[in-house]
Amino acid sequence: MNSKRRDFLKIAGLTAIAGIAAPSAFNTLLKGEANASSAPAGGHGAAAVTGKRYGMVIDVKKFTENPGLAQQCVTACHTVHNVPDFGNRKDEIKWIWVESYNHVFPENTQYKRPDSLKEMPILALCNHCDNPPCVRACPTKATYKTKDGIVAMDYHRCIGCRFCMAACPYGARSFNWRDPRGKDANGQPFIKELNPKFPARMRGVVEKCNFCTERLAIGQIPACVEVATQTKALVFGDMNDPESEISQVLKTSFTIQRNPAIGTHPSLFYII
Amino acid sequence: MYGKGRIIPALILFLGLMTAPMWFKSGDVSKLPKPEKPKDYTECVAPTQFMRTAHMQLLNEWRDDILREGGSRTGKTANGTEYVRSLQNGCMKCHSDKKKFCDDCHNYASVKPYCWDCHLQPKEAM
Amino acid sequence: MIEKALKGSTGYWVWMLFLLSIMGVGGLSYVQQFNYGLGITGMSRDVTWGIYISQFTFLVGVAAGGLMLVLPYYIHNYKAFGRIVILGEFMAIAAIAMCLMFIIADLGQPMRALNVLLHPTPNSMLFWDMIVLNGYLFLNILCGWVVLQSEYKGIKYPRWIKPFIYLSIPWAVSIHTVTAFLYCGLPGRHFWLTAILAPRFLASAFAAGPALLMVIAMVLKRTTKFDVGREAQDKLVTIIGYAAMLNFFFLGCEFFVAYYSQIPGHMHTLDYLFWGLGHGDQVFNNLVPFMRASVVMGLAGIALIFVSRAKQSDGLLVVSCLLIFFSFWIDKGLGLVLGGFVPTPMDYVTEYYPSAQELGITAAIWATGFFILSILYKVAISVKLEKDA
Repeated sequence: MNSKRRDFLKIAGLTAIAGIAAPSAFNTLLKGEANASSAPAGGHGAAAVTGKRYGMVIDVKKFTENPGLAQQCVTACHTVHNVPDFGNRKDEIKWIWVESYNHVFPENTQYKRPDSLKEMPILALCNHCDNPPCVRACPTKATYKTKDGIVAMDYHRCIGCRFCMAACPYGARSFNWRDPRGKDANGQPFIKELNPKFPARMRGVVEKCNFCTERLAIGQIPACVEVATQTKALVFGDMNDPESEISQVLKTSFTIQRNPAIGTHPSLFYII
Repeated sequence: MYGKGRIIPALILFLGLMTAPMWFKSGDVSKLPKPEKPKDYTECVAPTQFMRTAHMQLLNEWRDDILREGGSRTGKTANGTEYVRSLQNGCMKCHSDKKKFCDDCHNYASVKPYCWDCHLQPKEAM
Repeated sequence: MIEKALKGSTGYWVWMLFLLSIMGVGGLSYVQQFNYGLGITGMSRDVTWGIYISQFTFLVGVAAGGLMLVLPYYIHNYKAFGRIVILGEFMAIAAIAMCLMFIIADLGQPMRALNVLLHPTPNSMLFWDMIVLNGYLFLNILCGWVVLQSEYKGIKYPRWIKPFIYLSIPWAVSIHTVTAFLYCGLPGRHFWLTAILAPRFLASAFAAGPALLMVIAMVLKRTTKFDVGREAQDKLVTIIGYAAMLNFFFLGCEFFVAYYSQIPGHMHTLDYLFWGLGHGDQVFNNLVPFMRASVVMGLAGIALIFVSRAKQSDGLLVVSCLLIFFSFWIDKGLGLVLGGFVPTPMDYVTEYYPSAQELGITAAIWATGFFILSILYKVAISVKLEKDA
């Protein structure tokens, strides 16, 4: 075998190996952690459904019918999770909050809208995307997706780079610009009443809605959903369980998602 | 030796400063930390010696297991007593006095863990 | 060799003391920020990155700009860059050092910065940015120092350094590409979501980096006996001029895509940056004067830099380089990062104004960069002049 031919075979072999290995390596690279990104539900080439995927349906009409309910949901969440109130927009931390239609769905451009839409209190919170850009961006895996489809955070590991905040297309993330356990000028603590069952956060980390993982673990439903139980304004559950209430609601009602065009596959569904 | 006049006194000064705590008897054997153990409970989640050296690793393992792997929030001791795998809701249930238990050793060893920046200690949560 | 930095004229020491004093004042600001938190800056829930990250982005470009000297000299054996190439390598060191300081200044938990190594995350572009930036820093320290030391000893640089020099060329491209990927891979941020971001970063880098270098070279020509040479100067003019033109071409492409497609998300940020963004009953336009000045300065700089060469005027050369440098500093060091946050994904507009402490820390990091640069240049120039003598 002359040396040219040997070299050629070597190169051909290496190329073949690279060709076989590269796509899988590339996939691993894009996915990061195996559970950081599962195949999106629906759309082109839906993957087999495995495990749980928690989701929430927000029936906006019911919030209009029950004035004050939306705010009660917010208060319940923020009390349970020791979310501070700094009293200004700059430092603001929120896990769930009340917005108006044009801010939750800025992509929609109806020529004329029902008047009722203007006053409608629409709850906004983390969408627990099936394909979360924040998880892709985080350089330390401080934010990650659990097996249940919840986009969660480990505050111990967060370095406070705020890459996830730039990556989040739903404005769902807040940063602790200052010590949340501190007091304002009048000596009032930013966290009015501490819930002894749940930790607070420290300065310099990002935080967000955790779909009440800590409550789900002990058989409770999320705090906001609990407040809205009577009215069924919020329906929460495992969307992969065909018998669950949320599966029924999703099958029988037309729902919309926030900015679905960007491929994040939110787990929040709105009935307007 | 070149520069002997300066090097040797400087060396002596350096050694003197380094060993000063010994000359001035800083530190005292009788002042060893004696963390106060809970009175109503006799058994911890692991043997005392293990907890003394590895409680921080254990806490980290609990955290990563529960948060990331969906691990159980409860565990069982050697004698079968159930406990909550949580610093705030587990450990502090028995070791309810942070000052007398945690701080006693941590101050002695001069380690300042940031646990309490976020986690609430029993008293202030009341 | 480093001892050359310890002997200098009064002017040198006054300059170094001046930088040290800025570093001191900024250091105190950082202590404040460290104790209070990043809330001391002008950043907010809506505008989560401010002047630190925008300076970082710009300086990655300054560092990558060194490529425009290394490439012709080592690959094409362009001898005229013999005296200036070391300045490019050393400027990359100072620029990367500033980049790293700006990132640390921007972290909410700087003590945990090494978590990036402890929990390596290949799906995060920040992880790759950490790798390429530190790698480039290492390569430039190694190549710059070894080559200069050989020159100091009066021998040719060792053969083993060559692979590192060759490696540093694609590496320079990688630092600015990965830095662009930080931004252009985020869905929901229309202004950044453009495949032309990395090429545009590189174009502006290849203009702004050498432009700064040229200004420094002219200052050195005046204050020391060190002259990079007419041929190198003229060649650099070509490089800076064409790179700057390319940047404006790319910017024009952005304008076309946004305003011809009429997609609101693509237009909004450009509106905000160049014309003022009407939102509700308010108009938000705090960056408009800067961005317009950037365009005017950039175009004027391009025109003047070629005139300066035709007239062989060093004065005009300095002016045009400064125009180009500041034009791109505004474009990338202000508009690109801050603009990306306006409007927010929830269609709110929050304008950002840096706080005094933030500016202090920023000034201190720039001063630290110039401090490092001064030491390195002092060494390099002393060696070169010694050889001349």
